[in-house]
Amino acid sequence: MTRSTPAFSRRSFLSATTALGAAAALGLPARAQSNMTVGFIYVGPRDDFGYNQAHAEGAAAVKAMAGVTVIEEENVAETIDVQKSMESMINLDGASLIFPTSFGYFNPHILELAPKYPDIRFQHAAGLWTDGMPSNVGSYFGYIGMGQYLNGIVAGHMSATKKIGFVAAKPIPQVLLNINSFLLGARAVDPSITCQVIFTGEWSLAVKEAEATNALVDAGCDVITCHVDGPKVVMETAARRGAFICGYHADQTALAPDRYLTGAEWNWAGVYTGMVQTVLDGGMIDNFVRGGLADGFIKMSPLGSAVSDAARAQFEAAKAEILAGGFAALKGPLNDNTGKPLLGAGEALVETDIALESMDYLVEGVIGSTA
Amino acid sequence: METDLGLWSILIAIVGGAIRVSTPFLFVSLGELLTERSGRINLGLEGTLVFGAMSGYGVAYLTGSAWAGVAAASVAGAMFGVVHGVICSIPRVNDIAIGIALMLFGMGLAFFFGKRFIQPVAPYLPSIPFGWWSDIPQIRAALDVNVLFLIGLGLALVISWMLRTTRVGLILRVVGDSTDAARAMGLRPVPIRIAATAAGGALAGIGGAYLSLYYPGSWTEGISSGQGLMAVALVIFARWNPVACIWAALLFGGAGALGPALQSVGITSGYYLFYAAPYVLTLGLLIATSSPTRAMSGAPGELSITK
Repeated sequence: MTRSTPAFSRRSFLSATTALGAAAALGLPARAQSNMTVGFIYVGPRDDFGYNQAHAEGAAAVKAMAGVTVIEEENVAETIDVQKSMESMINLDGASLIFPTSFGYFNPHILELAPKYPDIRFQHAAGLWTDGMPSNVGSYFGYIGMGQYLNGIVAGHMSATKKIGFVAAKPIPQVLLNINSFLLGARAVDPSITCQVIFTGEWSLAVKEAEATNALVDAGCDVITCHVDGPKVVMETAARRGAFICGYHADQTALAPDRYLTGAEWNWAGVYTGMVQTVLDGGMIDNFVRGGLADGFIKMSPLGSAVSDAARAQFEAAKAEILAGGFAALKGPLNDNTGKPLLGAGEALVETDIALESMDYLVEGVIGSTA
Repeated sequence: METDLGLWSILIAIVGGAIRVSTPFLFVSLGELLTERSGRINLGLEGTLVFGAMSGYGVAYLTGSAWAGVAAASVAGAMFGVVHGVICSIPRVNDIAIGIALMLFGMGLAFFFGKRFIQPVAPYLPSIPFGWWSDIPQIRAALDVNVLFLIGLGLALVISWMLRTTRVGLILRVVGDSTDAARAMGLRPVPIRIAATAAGGALAGIGGAYLSLYYPGSWTEGISSGQGLMAVALVIFARWNPVACIWAALLFGGAGALGPALQSVGITSGYYLFYAAPYVLTLGLLIATSSPTRAMSGAPGELSITK
């Protein structure tokens, strides 16, 4: 009886686990086809009225697809943490398609991990995939600057002080494009309008965002929008101070229905289900995907009750122009806010222009600085 | 409506910001002061602050009363304090390690229970418009003072008086300065320290309720961004003196408002530097007030960092 232990010798244990491991390794591709696992990683909470909520709504649409398992992880920092999250999704959950959704995940984290896992597809929002980067990495984004341009048109009509405000996180190209578009939309209504910008320095700093909003209202801004991860604090603070608000990322109407004018929203549900379907059908997602209002990448919140008829008319006209394609918010002659010429007369940067994605300036009329 | 105040607006913004932002600093630092004067350090008040913000917001939303939220936050904070106090009463338990563990625990628990409260809108705490005399909107906004701020100011004075002249204050100081002396007086240090830690937790919970129910006035997971930790450091900065806690809290609040205020008047470059202003200020003041001959004046003798 006591001599029966050799039956469980180390060697037989090892061979058994190796066999198990081999079976798992063989089983993985088969499972990936019949039941694909898709991972989503968010930098903040999934229901933040903002950036993460917009992506999580897209993930929820993917979850409803047949043959797809969705795994999600929230509050993952833009540090080595995201690499650990991605590796655990790949190795423990068997994810074959991963959407790490925050800007800072791309370089270096995704670019470092992708060569190690050539069979896994990494789809990153907002990154700029260029030739020479790993072919299993893709970047996608929408022309949400157009949404901020439309926000600006409504803001231009509704502003009595001719000063509008923008609470921004960091001076990266996407944020600068939003600020510039917001002002240029307003200037399409009245060229004397200025836009005050305050940078908080981080994506999510509730108290600083509230302070920035108060400072903007104190400086005379009466329509305020933002580009931070969770616009809830900015929207509520601005509405309490009596300013009008334009939303960003997701629909924030519920926070202040009588002060909310409209908002630039992501529409990831259609984009994500399309990408997952491509993979399910055995196809390849393009490495570089961009889309705008016409492609269903972005949408506008329903116009609020406070919006005037004149604003409504110009908003709809501009929206139709953007939907027709080839629209340019940045048209020459145009200087930056230090007086340096950007575009000559007749020159323009249309919404699809790749040069917009390396924007490092604020246009004339924006009060603020990129550093 | 618009009045151009030029550089005056920076001053108004700093005063307004100091009043708006300082309240959580004040409550947490007064709470930590009570705890430390009894000879314990509770580094977990950041977790208590976040949990207080969540529970205050949740209860205010469910009951429709902001003050019920404040009460719930203080009870929740006191519970965290009791847990910390009881665990640290076990011999050879390190109060700093327990504090860090409870900080992470409090934040995790707050995120877990707080999920369903991110979306709803809870009622706000009322404020008193002390700017009624002015018709400049900036001044009116800056002097819109929340009741909790005034309570905090009163509390600092009461604690100061209590520590100096009452029997309760004397007991707290004796327990904090020397366990042996306290025992010789017939006092039982352990229950007194637990009570002081619980009171400290309750104050930190109220600070959290201020964050979620007044300013910035919503529950999100990033609501505190380290204010609880900073407030604990403020106690050392204020040399364990409640009235100095008021000035320290106001200083940090005002310094935090400096960055946005400067940008709003057009001084736009170097904002990362302005945002570092509170920390630079702290370093400068600590260096200026430090002395090579006497270390940590005002520190309670039983505090584990000074032993």
